Amino acid sequence: MAKTLSEKVWDAHVVAQGEGDTPDLLYVDLHLIHEVTSPQAFDGLRAAGRKVRRPDLTVATEDHNVPTLNIDKPIADPISRAQVEALRTNCDEFGVPRYSLGHAEQGIVHVVGPQTGLTQPGMTIVCGDSHTSTHGAFGALAFGIGTSEVEHVLATQTLPLKKFKTMAVTVNNQLPAGVTAKDLILTIIAKIGTGGGQGYVLEYRGEAVRNLSMEGRMTMCNMSIEGGARAGMIAPDETTFAYIQGKDRAPKGKDWDEAVAYWRTLPTDADAKFDHEVILDASTLSPFVTWGTNPGQGVPLSAVVPDPADFSDPVERTAAERALVYMDLTPGTKLKDIFVDTVFLGSCTNGRIEDLRAAASIIEGNKLANNLKMIVVPGSARVRLQAESEGLDKVFVAAGAEWRNAGCSMCLGMNPDKLSSGERAASTSNRNFEGRQGPGGRTHLVSPQVAAATALLGHLAEPKDLGM
Amino acid sequence: MEAFKTHTGIGAPLRRSNVDTDQIIPAEYLKRITRHGYEDGLFKAWRDDESFVMNHPIYKNATVLVAGAEFGTGSSREHAVWALMDYGFKVVISPRFADIFRGNSGKGGLLTAQVSDEVTEQLWAYLEQSPGAEITVDLPTQTITAGAISASFEIDPYVKWRLVEGLDDIGITMQQLEQITSFEHSRAAWRPKTLS
Repeated sequence: MAKTLSEKVWDAHVVAQGEGDTPDLLYVDLHLIHEVTSPQAFDGLRAAGRKVRRPDLTVATEDHNVPTLNIDKPIADPISRAQVEALRTNCDEFGVPRYSLGHAEQGIVHVVGPQTGLTQPGMTIVCGDSHTSTHGAFGALAFGIGTSEVEHVLATQTLPLKKFKTMAVTVNNQLPAGVTAKDLILTIIAKIGTGGGQGYVLEYRGEAVRNLSMEGRMTMCNMSIEGGARAGMIAPDETTFAYIQGKDRAPKGKDWDEAVAYWRTLPTDADAKFDHEVILDASTLSPFVTWGTNPGQGVPLSAVVPDPADFSDPVERTAAERALVYMDLTPGTKLKDIFVDTVFLGSCTNGRIEDLRAAASIIEGNKLANNLKMIVVPGSARVRLQAESEGLDKVFVAAGAEWRNAGCSMCLGMNPDKLSSGERAASTSNRNFEGRQGPGGRTHLVSPQVAAATALLGHLAEPKDLGM
Repeated sequence: MEAFKTHTGIGAPLRRSNVDTDQIIPAEYLKRITRHGYEDGLFKAWRDDESFVMNHPIYKNATVLVAGAEFGTGSSREHAVWALMDYGFKVVISPRFADIFRGNSGKGGLLTAQVSDEVTEQLWAYLEQSPGAEITVDLPTQTITAGAISASFEIDPYVKWRLVEGLDDIGITMQQLEQITSFEHSRAAWRPKTLS
């Protein structure tokens, strides 16, 4: 029978087929853990006298609540420090390898998997973090889980799950110059809504997707969850193989050939059927930003803040009214007339080397707008080292930006990097929820290129506005 | 896990859609390493606003939350379920739940009852008209009754079975260890490992 990519990966991991209403038992190839969603799971294991079944398929990193300054000193916040210390103690007790602060591989969990070569096509990957969908860029079935499920995977290396429905998101033609993977995924989320993907695994296809780099593909898959989908996937191809080859944990020699031969069987069969399909024309897209308080509330950067009265759906209208009050915006205002206080470049969505290069190429030789603060946070210690070897840190610092150590930083407001109440930010992260970046903070989600142009002009802007 | 059969309790109308898990419990509270004691963080930012519905003393003992569509979107934090349960909620009623939140609820013993937009609206109207009114949620028959309202709700049949029986997932899977071991023998040797 013809199968989609996700069905092939699913079927290859079924340990026990469910009957009737019973879920399948699915094997997990890689379990990524971090300090926030794992301590209660380890406590559960201890209480039940259980072990970690496969520490060799598990790896931990410290990312969510670590500071991005003074990482050589003890973490100042005692509660954060206790949580990070709990992760270290738990890993050491149960034999799980960890990349702690100061380790070259330490960083955001979804940057670590790909950079070490642990993330490979055809795998099942889980993590107690909703942005685990990132790894789908390699043709892996990767999704976020809760702490109870983290405990389940630690104990059994499996999860009982019902098969996801399949949705093809086909993006025909090519993206215009200056339009990025971030603009593309923000456009898709605005189109399908924050609940549009519920129950589905999305497969991004079409010419525009094939032309994306691995970094761009990761940005897309990363935000699948923002459209309600548990996972997003892209079929592996030569771009994927070239990215993996030579990485520390990638197969070598004869194993490499065997792996690639298998990976080539994974793409969706020509006659496979999806449960649903969404089609976009990439050539019509432009830089895209959010104006509201959920990632579906976005418009092209060239547009104006929408008027709630124009929403026909009463629920959306009410949500828009609330969002505009929170964001302190007036309908009809041009997005490009919105001034920001802060620019955040980083996160598991856009904290990779290519993102830093894209922003640096715009910022190079220029100065940040007056009174604007910009923090640049590499996704991992390795990305930071790479960026420094290319001199990108000097570009940012010369412009007046802050160059930080790796971590989730200002994406989620649980470490020292936060917006203050009323502060407005252009952020390359993934969520513009109320208070997400700090209580009372206001977030506009943007691409690294828009973030860079905004940092120079002070208002939401694209490189074109700088004559680039 | 405690078995869930029927529950009757005060209903709280939360007339908002896209209640993401950052609103249910902000990240600041996620630094704790315990599984309980999150009630103080529930809807923290909203509760700082005096007019927020949950600040009405009548909802201090509410146990059934009636919320808008896309409840529980965003972060996978199971702390959102813990915070709702620690506050005293046994049931959340909504037209649509985010997948991860719904999964987490099923593990923790919080019932997520999915109803139509119309039923949600009826329940809101009823609760707003009669603040402090009770709602009964019967899991075996999948029915909600409140005043003159009687409606059915949807829930995954497997999750329903586990909740009604009060079964622990890991315990169930542990009975399949032989199959897991045999699956592991069939895995390709080149699959990556985190330990060398």
